[in-house]
Amino acid sequence: MTAVLKAQGLGKRYRRRWALSDCTIDIPAGRVVGLVGPNGAGKTTLLHMAVGLLPPTTGTIEVLGDRPAAGPAQLSRVGFVAQDTPTYSGLTVADHLRLGAHLNPGWDDATARDRIERLGLDERQRAGKLSGGQRAQLALTLALAKRPELLILDEPVASLDPLARREFLQGLLEAVVDQGLSVVLSSHLVADLERTCDYLIILIGSRVQIAGEVEHLLATHRRLTGPRRDPARLPGDQHVVSVSHTDRQTTLTVRTDGPIHDPAWIVSPIGLEDLVLAYMSGTAATGRRPALEVQR
Amino acid sequence: MMWLTWRQFRAQTVAAAGLLAVLAIAFAVTGPQLAHLYDTTVATCAAQHDCQSAVSGLQSDDSFLQSLVRLLMLAAPALIGIFWGAPLISHEIEAGTHRLAWTQSVTRFRWLAVKLGLAGLASMAVGGLLSLMVTWWSSPLDRVGAGRLDPSVFGERGIVPVGYAAFAFALGVTAGLLIRRTVPAMAVTIAVFAAVETAFTLRVLFHLIPPVRVSSPLNMAWVTETGRGGPGGPDQLFVGIQPNQPGAWIGSSEVTTAAGSTSLGRPPSACGPNSTYSACTAAIARMHLRQVIVYQPGSRFWALQWYETAIYLALALALAGFCVWWVRRRVS
Repeated sequence: MTAVLKAQGLGKRYRRRWALSDCTIDIPAGRVVGLVGPNGAGKTTLLHMAVGLLPPTTGTIEVLGDRPAAGPAQLSRVGFVAQDTPTYSGLTVADHLRLGAHLNPGWDDATARDRIERLGLDERQRAGKLSGGQRAQLALTLALAKRPELLILDEPVASLDPLARREFLQGLLEAVVDQGLSVVLSSHLVADLERTCDYLIILIGSRVQIAGEVEHLLATHRRLTGPRRDPARLPGDQHVVSVSHTDRQTTLTVRTDGPIHDPAWIVSPIGLEDLVLAYMSGTAATGRRPALEVQR
Repeated sequence: MMWLTWRQFRAQTVAAAGLLAVLAIAFAVTGPQLAHLYDTTVATCAAQHDCQSAVSGLQSDDSFLQSLVRLLMLAAPALIGIFWGAPLISHEIEAGTHRLAWTQSVTRFRWLAVKLGLAGLASMAVGGLLSLMVTWWSSPLDRVGAGRLDPSVFGERGIVPVGYAAFAFALGVTAGLLIRRTVPAMAVTIAVFAAVETAFTLRVLFHLIPPVRVSSPLNMAWVTETGRGGPGGPDQLFVGIQPNQPGAWIGSSEVTTAAGSTSLGRPPSACGPNSTYSACTAAIARMHLRQVIVYQPGSRFWALQWYETAIYLALALALAGFCVWWVRRRVS
């Protein structure tokens, strides 16, 4: 499988602050990729560079084998739903579909109309009068009917209520199955991604902490609980992600490919949410960045 | 892209067209009356030896519409700049919809080029139509008084309003692009446009073509006042003149001695406190003074119109080019 998104030493600086630094990732095709991290970690910056809205300060990024927004052909292969799912508030739903048809050579009008109908949206209604969930669905419809090979969504469900959130993600998954497209989806909530994604990128403090298949990540991370001790004395193949101590007890999250033999530890598997939290508290402990909210 | 631009711009276009139509009706009704008044009073006034009342009668006719036209021509480019130019991009950036537009299968360059092109042409068309109607309607008025080269009406006639409209529009777009918020961009647009227009009219316009400079014996019919003071000093003779050159734009007028000095010397004795004005002017006439007048003749109206319009169009194009460069490189 070729890479849908390939970044090499990618970085972006705003004035003096680095929003993203030294990002090297290689996202294989055919995946639903979750990009997770606290607010301000650089998720939007990375996604904007992937769709060509932002030029990188350092490094390179290739999307579907070409520079993002290199031309109409490249643009037509990538669908994008921006944060807060912007739509033209003065234009009706039908106007948005016409907009899509006029601006995209590969526009699939039947799919678009079918989706709008199934969602129960009134075509004559102005987008400004739609609810947040309906607007997000309209934006997703525009991006899907463009028939992209890669769909990029920036916090599409952040402002939606739980029901609308579930419906949106469900609609997204159905479309992924129908159209066989690759998806990159960002969120600061792990719960949103847990049900949808099979590949995860954890981005904290403007750096990619780890990227990989969800199954692989879960298989290679362990939670160790045992009597209090110094984590520096662990075997070399066990990389400590986070550490927490009580008076007598130490809890570690480690990444390792091998089994854990030390009988002093109680070894337990770790869930996706705890895994992300472990990386967040881990970076907080090394002082690179304060932990931000992970859950609402 | 054409469709989207038209769809977003439709309401404004219809509003502008409606306004122009109302104005056209008002002009169509009152214009012939004004022309008739000119033909029956001013055109024949010389025969009746009363041109002053004929002219003032014409100038006070439809004074409401006249001041409305002045206000409209003054405001139209600024309105185009703030309501069409400034929101064109800043409104998209504010609502985040540029991220929707720029991720369709159309490059940003094309997006901006079509928007700038269509809305810019519409702005110029409005400026042009407005000027066409106003120039036609006020042509009787422009034949009396200071004429159409008078700097206060020069920019409201002919083709200059097209240049103004294009420049104000491009200025608004640029301000919106740089400031990224609509209301501050509107404020900056109107401030910069007013400053540029005023400075250009006051400082630059007169010198676009080297003005005519004529030195001739003092024409006593043009003398409007005499006294002490002026450029020579407090005890020197002062002679004020008002050149009567129909249709010309007088830049400056000076009275000099036969040798060319602006110090006219002590006033003649006939100009003392106890003598009459006519005795004084007769004495001045015997001094063989000269007058130096710097002016743009009325025949240069169209040449100046083309120069000014070309400069404003060039400014508008430069701003549009800057917008294209900025959108391709700097904005997200």
